[in-house]
Amino acid sequence: MKPQVFATVTLVTAFGLAMAARPQTPPPQSQQPTDISTTISGEPGTAPRFAVPPFIALSSDAETAAIARTIADVLWDDLNFEHEFAFIPRDVYATIPAAKSFEDVPFDRWRELNADGVVVGTVQKVGNGFQIQVRLFDVRNKKQVFGKEYSGSSNARLYAHTISDDVHLQQRALRGVARTKLAFDSDRDGERMTGTVESRGVKEIYTSDYDGENQRRVTTNRTLNINPAWSPDARSLAYTSYRRGPPSIFISHIYEGTLEDVTKSAGESWLPAWSPDGTRLAFTSTRDGNSEIYVVNRDGSSVRRLTNHPGIDSTPTWSPTGTQIAFTSDRSGSPQIYLVAADGLGPVQRLTSESYADRPTWSPAPYNEIAFASRNGPGFDIKIIDVGSRQVKQLTFGEGSNESPSYAPNGKHIAFMSTRAGKAQIFTITRDGRNLKQVTRTGNNYQPDWSR
Amino acid sequence: MSIAKPALLMLIAATLVAAACGGKKPPVARPLPPPPPVASATPPPAARTTPPPPQPSREPTVVPPEPVRDDAIASATLDELNRNSPLKPVFFALDSAEIDPEGKAALDANAPLLKRFPAWVVTIEGHCDERGTAEYNLALGERRAIAARTYLASLGIPADRLKIVTYGKEFPFDPGHDDSAWAKNRRAHFVITAK
Repeated sequence: MKPQVFATVTLVTAFGLAMAARPQTPPPQSQQPTDISTTISGEPGTAPRFAVPPFIALSSDAETAAIARTIADVLWDDLNFEHEFAFIPRDVYATIPAAKSFEDVPFDRWRELNADGVVVGTVQKVGNGFQIQVRLFDVRNKKQVFGKEYSGSSNARLYAHTISDDVHLQQRALRGVARTKLAFDSDRDGERMTGTVESRGVKEIYTSDYDGENQRRVTTNRTLNINPAWSPDARSLAYTSYRRGPPSIFISHIYEGTLEDVTKSAGESWLPAWSPDGTRLAFTSTRDGNSEIYVVNRDGSSVRRLTNHPGIDSTPTWSPTGTQIAFTSDRSGSPQIYLVAADGLGPVQRLTSESYADRPTWSPAPYNEIAFASRNGPGFDIKIIDVGSRQVKQLTFGEGSNESPSYAPNGKHIAFMSTRAGKAQIFTITRDGRNLKQVTRTGNNYQPDWSR
Repeated sequence: MSIAKPALLMLIAATLVAAACGGKKPPVARPLPPPPPVASATPPPAARTTPPPPQPSREPTVVPPEPVRDDAIASATLDELNRNSPLKPVFFALDSAEIDPEGKAALDANAPLLKRFPAWVVTIEGHCDERGTAEYNLALGERRAIAARTYLASLGIPADRLKIVTYGKEFPFDPGHDDSAWAKNRRAHFVITAK
C-alpha cells in the first residue's frame, strides 16, 4: 500500500514530544529504614488527602513563573480526574507560606490541614527548555515517597500529564489517562460539501487531550468523516470517510501525515474497530449485499466475513484479548448486542434484552463489560452490561440523548456523546456513573474514541 | 376570475364592434356614417355576429404541460434536476426499511422516467431520522436504499444505473425534532449523478 501525503501535519510537533524523565535520588535519609513504604495511605477507609501547591519557580523570569503555576494547576486536575486521592481545596491552603525549596516544606502546616501527602515541584529554565523536579512527601513522616526530574519540553500541560501518570503508577499501580487523547467527529468549522444541491455540512475528525484541551483537526477533505478509532499505539486513526463517494475505511497516520485506503472500492464499509494487538480491523460492510461484520488485516489484505444473516449486523468491538467480537444485530427484530468468536466460528450468542441497543464498546481488562447505547423514550442512555453475569447498570438517566460510549484505557472512565447541553457534545463519566465532565463546547461533536 | 371576467367581456364586445365595423379603433356609442372601404382585409362581416373569436388569453393554459416538462427535464443541468427532482423519494416507517404502498407508488412513477432517460445514473441515498443511533442508522439507511433499488430493478431498471449510499442520520432534510420532521427524514432519496 502506497501511503499518500496527508494534509494535516501539525500534530507531529504537538504530540510527538519526547520528554526525558529520570528517577531522582531521594534526599539523604536519616537512617536505613527497615520497612520502606513508598505509598501514602489515608485514614483507614478513606483516600489519601493530597495537596498540590504551586510549583516553585527557581528562575526569576515570567515564563518560568507561568509554567510553575500551570503545571501545578493541571497536575491537580489530572490527579483529581482518577479519584484515587482526595484533594484539599486550593483556597484552603492559600495562606500556607510557599516553600522556597524542597528543604523548607512546612510539613506541620500541611498536617494541620490533615494532608497525607504533598506534591512539591520546582521549575528551572535550562537553555531553551525547563527542568522540573517533583517530589511527593508523606506529610506524617516528612519523607519523600516519589521523586523524578523531567526535562526536554516547554509544554507545561504535558509535564503535568506525565507527572500525574507517574504518580498514579507509583502510588496506586494505576495506568492514569492524563496523556491519553480523544478523537471525535465534528461539524464545528461549518464547512459545506461541494457538489450537492442540499448544501450539506461536512464532518471532520478532530483530536483533543483527554481533558478537552489542545483540540486539533485531523481530516480536511470536506465530506463526511465519522467513526474515528485510535490504533492501539495511538499513532493512527481509522475512520469512515465519504471522500470517494460511498463510505469506506481509511487510516490516517497522524505523526507521519500519511493516509491509507483500507477497504478500497469494495462496496460500502464503515465503523472500523482495531483488534487489541493493532494488526486487524473489524468493520461493517454491505459488499455482499447485506450489512455484515468483516475482519481485515490493517494493510487491507485477507478480508474475512464473520457473520451471515439476512438481518443487519453492524458495529463490531473486540474483547480485550481479541478472541471475541461483540456487535449489533436486529436478527431478533430490534437491534441487540450479540457475541461471536473472532474467527467467526461457533454460535452467535445474544447478550442484551433492551428495546434497542447499539454501539457496543468492550471495556479493557481487568473489567469484562460492554458499554452500549440503549433506547430510553425519545433518546438513548448509556448502559454497561457485565459479560459474565449479564448484569446491566445504567450510567445516564434521560438527560438529552446519550450515545456512542468509549472506554478509557484503564477502564475507569467512559467518553460519550450527549445532547444534554443543547448541541451534541462529548462528555466523560466514571464507570460508576459519577463525575460527569463536558469535554467539547464548539459546534456539534460526535462518536468519541479514547486512545489506548 | 372576478377581475378577468369583465375584462374578457369588454374584449369580446370590442372585438364584436371591431368585426362589425371592420375598423381599428373601438369607438364609443356614437355611430359613424361612412365606414372606411378597407373591408377586403376583414373576414366576412355581416353573417357572424354571435360566435366570439378565439380568445387569446386562454392560449397558454390550453397547451398540455407534459411535453414541455419533458423538454425541461431533457435540457436541465444536473443541479437544476436535483434541486427540484422529478424522481420522488420513498418514505419509511420508524426503524423500518419496508416499502409501503405509497412508497411503491412513488417508485412506480419513477420507473417510467428512468426508462425515458436511459442515460441517467442515479444514486439512491438512504436516510434515517434522529431516533436511531448514529451507528445502527448507517446500516438502516443502507437497507432503505437497497430496498428502493431492489424494487426499481424488479420494474426493469438495470441495477448498474442505481448506485446506493447510506447517510444514516447525518443529513436530515428537516432539522426539527418532531413527528413531521422525522417522517421527512426517513427516506430513500434520489440524486441524478449523470445524464
